[in-house]
Amino acid sequence: MQRITIDPITRLEGHGKIEIFLDEAGNVANTYFQIPELRGFERFCVGRQIEEVPILTNRICGVCPEAHHMAGAKAVDAVYHVDPPRTAKMLRELLYSAFYCTDHTTHFYALAGPDFVMGPDAPVAERNILGIIHKVGLEIGGKVITMRKYGHAVVEMIGGRKVHPCTSIPGGLTKGITEEQRQEIEKMGRYAVEFALFSLKLFKDIVLGNKTYLDLILGDIYTHRTHYIGMVDENNKVNFYDGRISVVDPNGKRLGKYAPNEYTEWIAEHVEPWTYLKFPYLKKVGWKGFVDGEDSGVYCATPLSRLNASDGMATPLAQENYEEFYSTLGGKPVHQRLATHWARLIELLYAAERWVELATDPEITSDNFRTLPTEKPTEGVGIVEAPRGTLTHHYWTDERGVATKINLIVGTTNNYAPISMSVKKAAQSLIKPGTAVTEGLLNMVEMAFRAYDPCFGCATHSLPGQMPLEVTIRDAQGNPVQVLKQHC
Amino acid sequence: MSSNGKPKFAMYWAASCGGCEIAVLNIHEKILDVDANFDVVFWPVAMDAKYKDVEAMEDGSILLTLFNGAIRNEENAHVAHLLRQKSKILVAFGSCANEGCMPALANLSPLQDIFDTAYHTISTDNPQGIHPQPSFTVPEGDLYIPAMYPVVRTLDQVVKVDYYMPGCPPESHQIAAVIDLVIKVLHGEAQLPPPGTVIGAGGSTVCDECARKRDVKAIKKFERIQHVMPDPEICLLEQGILCSGPATRSGCNALCPAAGSPCIGCYGPAEGVLDVGARLMTAVASVIDSNDPNEIERILDGIPDPAGMFYRFNLAGSLLRASKAGWQGKV
Repeated sequence: MQRITIDPITRLEGHGKIEIFLDEAGNVANTYFQIPELRGFERFCVGRQIEEVPILTNRICGVCPEAHHMAGAKAVDAVYHVDPPRTAKMLRELLYSAFYCTDHTTHFYALAGPDFVMGPDAPVAERNILGIIHKVGLEIGGKVITMRKYGHAVVEMIGGRKVHPCTSIPGGLTKGITEEQRQEIEKMGRYAVEFALFSLKLFKDIVLGNKTYLDLILGDIYTHRTHYIGMVDENNKVNFYDGRISVVDPNGKRLGKYAPNEYTEWIAEHVEPWTYLKFPYLKKVGWKGFVDGEDSGVYCATPLSRLNASDGMATPLAQENYEEFYSTLGGKPVHQRLATHWARLIELLYAAERWVELATDPEITSDNFRTLPTEKPTEGVGIVEAPRGTLTHHYWTDERGVATKINLIVGTTNNYAPISMSVKKAAQSLIKPGTAVTEGLLNMVEMAFRAYDPCFGCATHSLPGQMPLEVTIRDAQGNPVQVLKQHC
Repeated sequence: MSSNGKPKFAMYWAASCGGCEIAVLNIHEKILDVDANFDVVFWPVAMDAKYKDVEAMEDGSILLTLFNGAIRNEENAHVAHLLRQKSKILVAFGSCANEGCMPALANLSPLQDIFDTAYHTISTDNPQGIHPQPSFTVPEGDLYIPAMYPVVRTLDQVVKVDYYMPGCPPESHQIAAVIDLVIKVLHGEAQLPPPGTVIGAGGSTVCDECARKRDVKAIKKFERIQHVMPDPEICLLEQGILCSGPATRSGCNALCPAAGSPCIGCYGPAEGVLDVGARLMTAVASVIDSNDPNEIERILDGIPDPAGMFYRFNLAGSLLRASKAGWQGKV
């Protein structure tokens, strides 16, 4: 049997590795996407004072510590049975909206954009953020840097630090914001709205206006009919910070909505011996292996999933784009994974509009940003939508507020099974007997998982940037017959 | 020197969260100075990895390597040895590489406990008790993943380190200052500090940078932050909130106390402090306002997790390094 190893950062550095096995005829027999690292947060957070855990779990991922800090904050609120004041919730959501703008911007421009703006077969040297700047114009680089800077500025103003915020505690925040800060935040938010509109126009002009790209998006290679989950508010509109988790089947039928403390009725995790990461699935449907369809419990939790699982966006401009998204792509749900990039930009616009809404709320500068807990701590679940998927933190404590048990289901982990399936399908579609495995072809396999924006920074480290790949094709005896490298 | 005449620069992550890389990207336009003065030969986050190129380089041919992340498995150790061999100056960058950071609290538990927890949680359906295996045979062939070490280790417990740059992550203004210094050295306008020096940080404690007013520390009760509304102007420790400021190196501008949150100690031991936990316990003992053993015990009950509070960032780099159970007598 032939074997192809795609080792994202080569075998020894590898923080994520794909093994492709070919049958005797040269067709793809199977693929394995392996995650080679475990750090054990669920163990070493036990014994810690519970107010520490939203700070400890930041260190799961330095790319999205804000998501862990928010899920952790909501979990410790629940542990103490305390409802933070409206201002505290708004400040947390404001920080989170600004973070979303920075994060989605980084992904679109540095990671996903190059495939579309430059084209999946463009020379490697051009298929990066610099290539985009050269093609679309220098000022765009400045806009991206400014957007990222503004997002981090708000995170620091409310969260105390640019990376690993520290201000969320049981019952609220350790600080509020001044009117002067509010004005600055509002100004930056208005920039974010303009930036999001600009990004959507860019996407429509360059991607939707190009038939080749549109065919690529709509084609079968990158399509999977799975279930979808995403957080929604009381009107079933997408929400990142608070609400219930909506679950829809591959036909778009809503199977139900669960509150954070009901997650174990809906979600379970499967273990395989060849990887450190677990595979979450819908418990009520069951684990049927790496297959799609309504009988398989495999689900997806991405920007595309959030749109599919909701009835719309809560802000006006994002709602307009939501409607255009589904009318262009032929109705709900959309199963084409590459449409995730478009969905991500619609979320960017929602986050920016929400940023302005919150920054202009008269109560945002109130000094009522804390509620002191009065009840004994017990157990609590906090859920937010991380950019890369629904993030669940579940804490148990003794009566002193010391953690006795911790359970975490991290954003990207939700998508581990669908990513594995997407990689297999792309490999099966693209690698055929007698086909030369070219760099462009490899990039098209890579595009299968890039759509999910996999942040194995949460388990490993796939940060935005070109992901290096090395493919070794082996003959039946395991001897390498062809080696191809991309960015290695 | 590279063919373009510029000295070579590398940055690498081992077991880490990626926050150090974000902190470097947050120096914004300063990144261009790095590009102008160095040939960036290896930096997985920002550019093509060129891992094979590193192996092919002559020993000592990289002038400066910033290494972040702790040593958690055999692959981390391998890259640490490789980059040591290829680099003239190896900097332990960020808390994980310096002292293990929070993930080193895993050193309190045996590896088996970590597996028994992670693969048997309330949401995990694992009736057969499956755990990941370094080598596993699937129908199509054998699959491999790196084996984990029993404990987290710091970079200098594996290879020789030339300089230490603390922080979780290092603050961007400190990163920018270090880059400025190295560029000056390259132009013959400054000298490198002696090997072993802590760079990109201050020489005193976070307390010295903290704007809060300090007066008499006499504590009758330790408070958890969720139970009090601390005065925004007064020293948090004086208000009974355990703060790592007295034992922690300066350099961050006391960001957390300024935001109403106690120092968590991410900049590591202050100058002359061998063990943060021991230093902090001394500081705590000295502020307890009682001579009655029973009362002292009651006061200390206000800190239910001393291991986590005193060794939050530095267990791997401390004198303790690990619990007996965690160490298991091997690495």
